Amino acid sequence: MAILEVNDVNKAFGGLKALNAVNLSVEEGTVHAIIGPNGAGKSTLLNCFVGRLIPDTGSVMFNGKSLLGIKPHEINQTGVARVFQTPEIFTDLSILENVMIPAFAKLDGAFRINAWKTVGSRGEVRDMAEKVLVEVGLHEKRDVISSSLSRGDKRRLEMAMCLVQEPKLLLLDEPTAGMSRADTNNTVDLLQRVGTHITKIVIEHDMHVVFSLADHISVLAQGTVIAGGKPADIKGNPKVQEAYLGGSHA
Amino acid sequence: MFAGLTRNDKLLFIGFTIAALAMPLLAWPVGANYPDLLQKFAIYGIFAIGFNILFGLTGYLSFGHAAFLGVGSYAAVWMFKGVTMNVIPAVIFGVMVSGMFAALIGFISLRRSGIYFSILTLAFAQMSYNLAYSVLTPITNGETGLQLSQDDARIIDRLFVEQGAGLPSTNLFGLEMSGYPGFYFCCVLLIIAFFISLRIQRSPFGMMLRAIKTNQVRMNYTGFNTRPYALTAFIISGMYAGLAGSLLAVTDPLAGAERMQWTASGEVVLMTILGGAGTLIGPILGAGLIKYFENIFSSYNDGLLSESFSFLPDFLNDTLVFIIGPFVGEGWSLLLGIVFMAIVIFLPGGLMEGLTRIHGWYRRRGGGDTRAADAASSRQAAE
Ligand SMILES: Nc1ncnc2c1ncn2[C@@H]1O[C@H](COP(=O)(O)OP(=O)(O)O)[C@@H](O)[C@H]1O
Ligand SMILES: [Mg+2]
Repeated sequence: MAILEVNDVNKAFGGLKALNAVNLSVEEGTVHAIIGPNGAGKSTLLNCFVGRLIPDTGSVMFNGKSLLGIKPHEINQTGVARVFQTPEIFTDLSILENVMIPAFAKLDGAFRINAWKTVGSRGEVRDMAEKVLVEVGLHEKRDVISSSLSRGDKRRLEMAMCLVQEPKLLLLDEPTAGMSRADTNNTVDLLQRVGTHITKIVIEHDMHVVFSLADHISVLAQGTVIAGGKPADIKGNPKVQEAYLGGSHA
Repeated sequence: MFAGLTRNDKLLFIGFTIAALAMPLLAWPVGANYPDLLQKFAIYGIFAIGFNILFGLTGYLSFGHAAFLGVGSYAAVWMFKGVTMNVIPAVIFGVMVSGMFAALIGFISLRRSGIYFSILTLAFAQMSYNLAYSVLTPITNGETGLQLSQDDARIIDRLFVEQGAGLPSTNLFGLEMSGYPGFYFCCVLLIIAFFISLRIQRSPFGMMLRAIKTNQVRMNYTGFNTRPYALTAFIISGMYAGLAGSLLAVTDPLAGAERMQWTASGEVVLMTILGGAGTLIGPILGAGLIKYFENIFSSYNDGLLSESFSFLPDFLNDTLVFIIGPFVGEGWSLLLGIVFMAIVIFLPGGLMEGLTRIHGWYRRRGGGDTRAADAASSRQAAE
């Protein structure tokens, strides 16, 4: 069953057609990779899923309900979480606090005044956060202020912030960009290990990452999906070779 | 009441309570141990604690909080005039009216953030200030200010006691609110205000406010509706300002529009930043210091200055008076401005950051502790 159904989505910035009649269907429980050259419109497409942008035309249905015109926090509350291309974390707060905050959103909803009890009295929230921190390997650093983390750790932290909410759909925008080989492998390993039941959309440049993770690949070029299918089909597709993979990656 | 607070927080609260109650003693060495000034410390301390809940936690910088101070004063004086000279109803009424006023202004101003939010709050406060002088004179009594008068209704008071010849004074069930009783009334409210702020800072709600300050975008994509959070913080801080305003009326039952002027709004910003925005103690420290030095410096003038330097030769005396003169009396705000600039440039975390640094040096000198313990403790101190 398709958890996310994207139909004929168009988005233009001034004269630039960033998305041109995009169709996409993401099956529940799978990892769906979106690849394509820089400027192809990949991040723009994700922005249309989380309420950052509204497409000019077309529809985006999540579990049979439209995601268009509702606010980012409402979209998150329906079960969509996103890891950004540049990590969006709470840099002034500790790692543990960073992960407890999304857990509060999950348990208490979009707005609740809880001003008398202490944070510490919510043991279940702390437990949720610590469990995920163990999974992503940041538990030992839980009291560190997150601004001092390495780029790789910031990514891992942002992933933990999404995973603690146990979303139905997790969007990852270039989760390994700028990472060392070792860090990249760690991230791949992490994504294979945790949240295995969560449907994921991964935007990625690294073909090694894509082919290790993806059940399905869509290739985006100049705002249009030029190919889609199983990794093996994509590897052999001459159109894709030409548009994106070139000689070196394949 | 203390449920869930850490040992350090309990100690902090107990220490604060003792220090606040012993303020007359603590202020004695610096010659500030008279009720009028001590009252100001407590009242502006409350104002700054409340301002810090908005600015220190959420990062929304309001330049119009004096409006709520003024509204609190007017509301309290009306209670004195219309119902009773007992301070309890006046304080409650002052807090409620400013809370409602804050809800309205906050609701509109929070549609924007950053500098646009600040300008909206400033505009609202200036508007209130001007309205108090014009259209609203029936409520505010314009330039004269709202005062008690012999023929006020005071419906409850008149039921019980025969009115005397002079103007009645504010009281707490008969205990007159002048001198030390007045100070201790403000002091107890300061302690309560501090305790509430402590609970808020340690609560999930306080954590959300700090998260809004750090990364509002992340908050939205994490499933939080941030605006009602910020609005709640705005209303709470408006109520604190209203409490401070009504206490000003308790100690001196008179309310004027100058209390709402933008300079008064700016002052609470200075207090909070000077002491350390976002910390628990900092804003109270900032409020106390500013009120203390204002009291000293603004009372000086050239004549007094040259008197205090009279032991020096004439030309030295004249030079000193020439140099220092512009910074005292009316020029006190010039001095305040310079100190403020120095703090923002060299100690952006305010005096609390300074204390934390000194504490850090001291611990490192002492040796023995690991660096991790050091960082943890300095962070604790900063909070
Ligand atoms: N907010 C915006 N305003 C104007 N142009 C934009 C905006 N966001 C993206 N674009 C343009 O749209 C195109 C697609 O961008 P993007 O989706 O970020 O590509 P990528 O596939 O690399 O993630 C690019 O040409 C980019 O410059
Ligand atoms: Mg991109």
